[in-house]
Amino acid sequence: MQATSALREPLVTGGKTVKDVSHDISRQVEGKPTKLWLMAMAVSLVLLLWGAYCCAMLLWHGIGVWGLNKTVGWAWDITNFVWWVGIGHAGTLISAILLLFRQRWRMSINRAAEAMTIFAVICAASFPLFHMGRLWLGFYWVLPLPNAFGSLWVNFNSPLLWDVFAVSTYFIVSLVFWYVGLIPDFAVIRDRAVVQGNNIRAQVYNALSFGWQGGAKTWMRYESVALILAGLSTPLVLSVHTIVSMDFATSVVPGWHTTIFPPYFVAGAIFSGFAMVLTLVLVTRKVFHLEDYITIGHVELMNIIIIVTGSIVGIAYITELFIAWYSGVEYEGYAFYNRVSGPYAWAYWSMMTCNVISPQLFWIKKIRTSLVATFVLSIVVNIGMWFERFVIIVTSLHRDYIPSSWTMFYPTMYDIGQYIFTFGIFFTAYFLFSKFFPVVNMAEVKSIIRSTSEKS
Amino acid sequence: MESDKHFVVGIFDNEDVLLSGIKKVRDSGIKILEVYSPFPVHGIEEALGYKRSRLPIAAFLFGLTGTSLGLLMQIWMMGYDWPMIIGGKNFASLPPFIPVIFELTVLLSALGMVGTFMIVSDMKPYKWPRQFDIRSTDDKHVMAIDLDVNAGKSKDELKRLLKDSGASEANEKSFD
Repeated sequence: MQATSALREPLVTGGKTVKDVSHDISRQVEGKPTKLWLMAMAVSLVLLLWGAYCCAMLLWHGIGVWGLNKTVGWAWDITNFVWWVGIGHAGTLISAILLLFRQRWRMSINRAAEAMTIFAVICAASFPLFHMGRLWLGFYWVLPLPNAFGSLWVNFNSPLLWDVFAVSTYFIVSLVFWYVGLIPDFAVIRDRAVVQGNNIRAQVYNALSFGWQGGAKTWMRYESVALILAGLSTPLVLSVHTIVSMDFATSVVPGWHTTIFPPYFVAGAIFSGFAMVLTLVLVTRKVFHLEDYITIGHVELMNIIIIVTGSIVGIAYITELFIAWYSGVEYEGYAFYNRVSGPYAWAYWSMMTCNVISPQLFWIKKIRTSLVATFVLSIVVNIGMWFERFVIIVTSLHRDYIPSSWTMFYPTMYDIGQYIFTFGIFFTAYFLFSKFFPVVNMAEVKSIIRSTSEKS
Repeated sequence: MESDKHFVVGIFDNEDVLLSGIKKVRDSGIKILEVYSPFPVHGIEEALGYKRSRLPIAAFLFGLTGTSLGLLMQIWMMGYDWPMIIGGKNFASLPPFIPVIFELTVLLSALGMVGTFMIVSDMKPYKWPRQFDIRSTDDKHVMAIDLDVNAGKSKDELKRLLKDSGASEANEKSFD
């Protein structure tokens, strides 16, 4: 029924049968945690605790403990917010857009990528919430609720409010999409637990699977749900970073006030998201021995997406420079002259090297199919993308309209501490996920094994 | 409801055999209760004669609710309940409202559709499913035939029919 080509390499190698898939993926959920996992978890918890201390100090003393000043009122907080939201773009892109394009190689990596998306969005959301100073009020200040302290509504003309709706919708829909995908796989672990006689695990995973049975009618509805969720998530993914970019693009700050921002931010988001997926997937693959499921072919395809999006980002940088000169606007021209040659030139050229030059190395097949090179470059790309946001935000702000306000930004240990805090959240959540949840979508991989191995 | 339910269960190893098996079983006038598979099998809904799911309609209606809700909420709050002058802009103009309308459309559509799916498929965290064969989530396709519905046939007849249709095993299963 499924047309397969003899020329294409199989998506899953090692001659796996359907039974092998259940076994290979469920194994690490059922086994005792390995030493490596415990060590990784301990490191993440140390990061989390240190970060929690910094956050507690921040809440106690107020955001004055950050290195912000009158001129640079936004720095690491929003840099990190945009960086994490950007990373959070790959998961839903892989599972939604690649589903609509019928790219079946997504099936081995979509689970881990979606989990990464959800954790990255949680990390991102923590920055604006902490920046509001009073975390416990932040949750309802941003919602359109009748305000008990004077009946004012939130301002729907503000891009910051659009951000609230975009990021929270993205988080909820991604979470639902991810969970719906997990339901049949939880049932696999439940049934294996029944066979193994582990009653507690069977009960827990049955509750997680909502009593999934896998009837043909349910599968039919399930597929229809997955397709529509993909259709809804596709414009959603594109809308989120578009709206994030409007936080800047609708302002009148030189260097921010440009119409190129929405597509440029979306491409950058996919670029950094895929880099983070590669970083995590390469480690997950090694630790859980998933070499047959996440093959060099998968890594290569993701690297090709990195070349494409990295080149779009590179063109956007050059376009910005060109337009700053061509527009003849003095302020815009100065903002970019200052970026390239001012006191933050080191950040600008780090960004250029990491984001524009380094991904071009993937044109060489040897580098694109090398795991070590991919791992190193995936981290380099994310360093570059962090600098991109830092450059856009801080260099535009630190040269105010009045030269007497000109200043520099220096992060304090609380700026750094909070960034570390989000790494703590991210890695703790990811390691918990990879231990207790199936890291590869078993049902989908089983469906491709049938049509690829048995027909050939 | 009866206290005892009896079923005949056919185990199929392969989806192609399953699809032809379903056809054979249905052609001989037997009503299949349901087929349980570890992964979605393409073409099984036609083979079993299921109608297309109407969940897309539910998704559309929930989405439409989100669109209207977003539009009305913003016009009412910004235009009527507490109009504020912000940069001399119109109190209620459409362009700045579009992002929130779009997000609410997606949110309500997704949540409403998944909620509907859970309800119509009777999925609850505290429900233990009636498992005809434990291997149906692992690697086997399991066809369940209710004996009460197919009263004219004996267990042995049904088992023979399942074997002839390509089932690797044919078992009996009862529930209290």
